[in-house]
Amino acid sequence: MSTTDRIEKKITLRAPRSRVWRAVSDAREFGQWFGVKLEGAFTPGAHVTGKMTNPDYAHLTMELWIEKVEPEQRLSYRWHPFAIDPKVDYSKEPTTLVEFTLADSGDGTLLTVVETGFDAVPAARRAKAFEMNSGGWEHQSKQIEKYLDAQ
Amino acid sequence: MRSSAAAKAPIFAALGDETRLGLVARLSSGGAQSIARLTDGTPLTRQAITKHLRVLELAGVVRGSRHGRESAWELQPRKLDEAKRYLDRISAEWDAALSRLKAFVED
Repeated sequence: MSTTDRIEKKITLRAPRSRVWRAVSDAREFGQWFGVKLEGAFTPGAHVTGKMTNPDYAHLTMELWIEKVEPEQRLSYRWHPFAIDPKVDYSKEPTTLVEFTLADSGDGTLLTVVETGFDAVPAARRAKAFEMNSGGWEHQSKQIEKYLDAQ
Repeated sequence: MRSSAAAKAPIFAALGDETRLGLVARLSSGGAQSIARLTDGTPLTRQAITKHLRVLELAGVVRGSRHGRESAWELQPRKLDEAKRYLDRISAEWDAALSRLKAFVED
């Protein structure tokens, strides 16, 4: 596997594993921190869709194809990374695989996120996705900060 | 960061030559290299290799620096590595998403 094919993130959360699992595996809770209003439940084989809640991306539908659901251990799904251009039909493009893995860490939870399959994403799409997102994500982050502050 | 077709054109022109492509391939095997090393194994003179490196330098693909009497050349990977930039972008999205998750579960 090449170095351009995967992204790996590790984060320690000061919350019990059961809490983290719910935030990751419950479609409604997932949507709250991710920024999408998902319809359906995360069960193996499920196709879950929802509207993005960020005003900039409100016209977009996010699609997840759920693969593994192993309570408090592992959740994985496939999706189209950066599927943000409404003029593009992404359905024929390769998906990437996202996997969340949970482990105990002191009195908290170590969450690992691995996304793989980028080498199959067309080069033209990679460049495009990059250009389209300059600034966009920064704006989204600020919106979410505002939301959290207001809580 | 905008990367319009016009801005990219010099890069493609610079790479549209077998010798220059060969130089980029050699430089991508790691670190700065001297003219002597880059000339070694080619039928070209140091002067000819230097000319090609100057074309690559103008396009921002390589960078030259002097070390005493020798000049060393190295790649400017940022110009070439679209794939990595794309990954960096998604990586940043994950960082942001996970920090929101952190705030969400630690409240």
